[in-house]
Amino acid sequence: MSAPILSTRGLTKRFGGLLVSDCLDFDVITGEVHAVIGPNGAGKTTLINQLIGELVPDGGRIEFEGRDITELPSYRRALLGLSRSYQITSVFPDLTALENVSLAAQAHDGHSFGFWQPVSREERLTRPALAALEEVGLSTKNHACAAELAHGEHRQLELAMALVSRPKILLLDEPMAGMGRMESESMIKLLGSLKRRYTIVLVEHDMDVVFALADRISVLVYGKTIACGPPSAIRASIEVKRAYLGERYASN
Amino acid sequence: MTWDLLVIQALNGLQYGVLLFLLAAGLTLVLGVMNFVNLAHGSLYMLGAYIAAAAFAGTNSFVLAGLAAVLGTLLIGLIVERTTLRTFYARGHLDQVLATFGLILFFNETVRIIWGSSPVYMRPPDAFSGTIDLLGSSYPSYRFLVIVVGLMVGGGLYLLIHHTRVGMLIRAGATNARMVSVLGVNIRFLNTLLFGLGAAMAGLSGVMAAPLFAVQPGMGDNVLIAVIVVIVIGGIGSVRGAFYGALIVGVVDTVGRIYLPLLLRQVAERTIADAAGPALASMLIYLFMAVVLAVRPQGLFPARR
Amino acid sequence: MLLLPEALSLRSPRVIAGALFLLLLASVPLVSEAIGESYYVTLVTRILIFGLAAASLNLVLGYGGLVSFGHALYLGIGAYTVGILSFHGISNGWIHLVVTILLSALVSLLTGLVCMRTSGIAFIMITLAFAQMFYFLGVSLKQYGGDDGLNIAQRSDFGPLFSIQTNTGLYYLAFGLVATTLYLSWRFVHARFGRLLRGTNSNVRRMRVLGFPVLRYQVAAYVISGCLCGVAGLLLGNFAKFASPAYMYWTVSGDLIVMVILGGIATVMGPLVGAAAYVILETVLSGYTQHWMVILGPIIVLIALMANRGLYGLFLAWEAPGSRNSVS
Repeated sequence: MSAPILSTRGLTKRFGGLLVSDCLDFDVITGEVHAVIGPNGAGKTTLINQLIGELVPDGGRIEFEGRDITELPSYRRALLGLSRSYQITSVFPDLTALENVSLAAQAHDGHSFGFWQPVSREERLTRPALAALEEVGLSTKNHACAAELAHGEHRQLELAMALVSRPKILLLDEPMAGMGRMESESMIKLLGSLKRRYTIVLVEHDMDVVFALADRISVLVYGKTIACGPPSAIRASIEVKRAYLGERYASN
Repeated sequence: MTWDLLVIQALNGLQYGVLLFLLAAGLTLVLGVMNFVNLAHGSLYMLGAYIAAAAFAGTNSFVLAGLAAVLGTLLIGLIVERTTLRTFYARGHLDQVLATFGLILFFNETVRIIWGSSPVYMRPPDAFSGTIDLLGSSYPSYRFLVIVVGLMVGGGLYLLIHHTRVGMLIRAGATNARMVSVLGVNIRFLNTLLFGLGAAMAGLSGVMAAPLFAVQPGMGDNVLIAVIVVIVIGGIGSVRGAFYGALIVGVVDTVGRIYLPLLLRQVAERTIADAAGPALASMLIYLFMAVVLAVRPQGLFPARR
Repeated sequence: MLLLPEALSLRSPRVIAGALFLLLLASVPLVSEAIGESYYVTLVTRILIFGLAAASLNLVLGYGGLVSFGHALYLGIGAYTVGILSFHGISNGWIHLVVTILLSALVSLLTGLVCMRTSGIAFIMITLAFAQMFYFLGVSLKQYGGDDGLNIAQRSDFGPLFSIQTNTGLYYLAFGLVATTLYLSWRFVHARFGRLLRGTNSNVRRMRVLGFPVLRYQVAAYVISGCLCGVAGLLLGNFAKFASPAYMYWTVSGDLIVMVILGGIATVMGPLVGAAAYVILETVLSGYTQHWMVILGPIIVLIALMANRGLYGLFLAWEAPGSRNSVS
């Protein structure tokens, strides 16, 4: 088994008296789709926030490609190849979809001390941005202002921004959150097309999607991984049933 | 550098600090709990001083003057809050800064129209126009009164914040204002209460300061900046921080102005010391603030999150 | 067209209005001389100087979203550089310019590094406090006039190239600098740095996660802004032939913020329009009564309440209704 590309050891995070990450061990193997599921409040988003560097853990360590990134600020991690999308849409409302993605590309294209050349004429940014928008199926809305997009289109835009930098690992936080049926189907297809091309950590509530796409699933409860394995193992796991459905169902 | 002089300057610093605290406590709560940049806070101080001076001239009673000032600023503060400031609570800081800036110009000029540009003087109450013996030195009893009143108000504020339900709401609001409103607390009432409390304390500070400083248009502006330094050093939203910060700033500024030039004369050539001394002394509290910011950007006693 | 950072029809109202405005400004000294009223040259020079200062503030405030309440500090640095150097016999304008820029860069770098570690309310108050610190510094410099200010015997000498000893000469220097700054701002806003700044204003958290080291760009923008404002101060000192701590008083910083908002925040022409409106307003009001500030105060409150887009912003909205937040 290859060494994990991303791993945490003993990750701990407290909010006041609340222990949200409890000595969490978590591994991601290169090329896999690793889903993270668990009841509400299990600490899934907090895990993503710590992996990307937006939250500083109280204890434990995070390693990426063999190097300790626990103390690294989030912009450094992004440049190392970690990319995330947000559960609650976090784009630039005043910019068009194309500008949003182009800006995301700009972060990985050297420095931004450009004073003269209009950024809209920079091929090196526009080309990958157009490609990313095409990939997520948002090409028709390239020049629409981000604030005017529908919710499902926002989720697509989030994904385009995460993809444009050709990241080494994608941390997707509920990419399907708040989507209707039709939007979900396109998103599932899209996520399916990303499988095998990217290493993905997928936080999701929709079990159909999780079981369809995941190579491995980690189940988080009260900040701890209570189970980790291929979908078949998780489906059969007693602990998981107990966590989700309560004692009565665990014995079935 | 005699002991006598040091004691007196330290006490002066304490007295200045206490005046700053009365202003800082109110403003830091408005900043921290209501997330509202109220630059016009210094104007309330100025209005308190003017009302006190006018009332004293009319009645010759310091107590009545004090009462008039505190109630007057409370009233004006609440009226301004209700009519003007309330509309800006939901706005961004930029709009709040602009609006309260406009209010400062308005108040400064209004006061100039009513009382003119020349400073108005008010003498301390007859009962406190002498000196008392303190730590072996002779200290003006009025200044001592200011210190005592200030510390008493500080004590009262402490009791309010840490031993009453209202105080608990204030503390909760200082650490997480949104949560407090989500919990169903009447946030409007809390805001009005906080604002009124701040206004009253600003008025009190103005009353106490009137016999000490010249009462003139714009007197609130410089004090406001010192109060800002206090709040930044102490930590936004923290009354404890306002207290210690105010005392630190008061003492450092007062003692520093006297001793820094003297100190410089010992180590540097006379002409340089005479030039740099007062300059550095006036910049002292700001440099101190810069150091605190560099080391602890959240302040020395931040409101606990 | 390579000179324009965005696709613009040369016949759009924006271009026509802008060109007319600049033409109008360029002709002020000529018209003024023709009608024999030199007053207009001095009035519009003031507008240009404050327009430049407001434009510098707009970079960090309008586009960067950083409410700096201490920009008047840099006006003081510029004016005092001219004053102090002249006092010691150095009247070469180029030296004045270089020293102004270096000094402004140094001060803005140091204060920027300290201030940028905070945000929101703290940032506003700290910039205010730092500016006031320099005011007190100016007041305490007794050998350079202190509170009374410092007279400047003669304007900066820019050698054989051009002379600002006459009001007309100074006017055209100010005009040239303002026009250049506006053009460069226009390019800046549409370039990488400008877009990064707008992104930071819009969603700083996302910017970091995307991979942008936000702090260094914010400090850089602040330094550029400070230097530009310092140059405005150099012009101010030359204009009045006087340097005073009053230039750094915090109400001047407030005035600059009003100009930026009144004109139209985050627009290129806004600051100049705002400066014009504000200076003219002040002039008119002070003509009525010596207590004009009692009227100006509430007007500023109204501006804060209503001026969502500012004067120029309203023009842009009228010109292209329904279009998103235009940046020019």
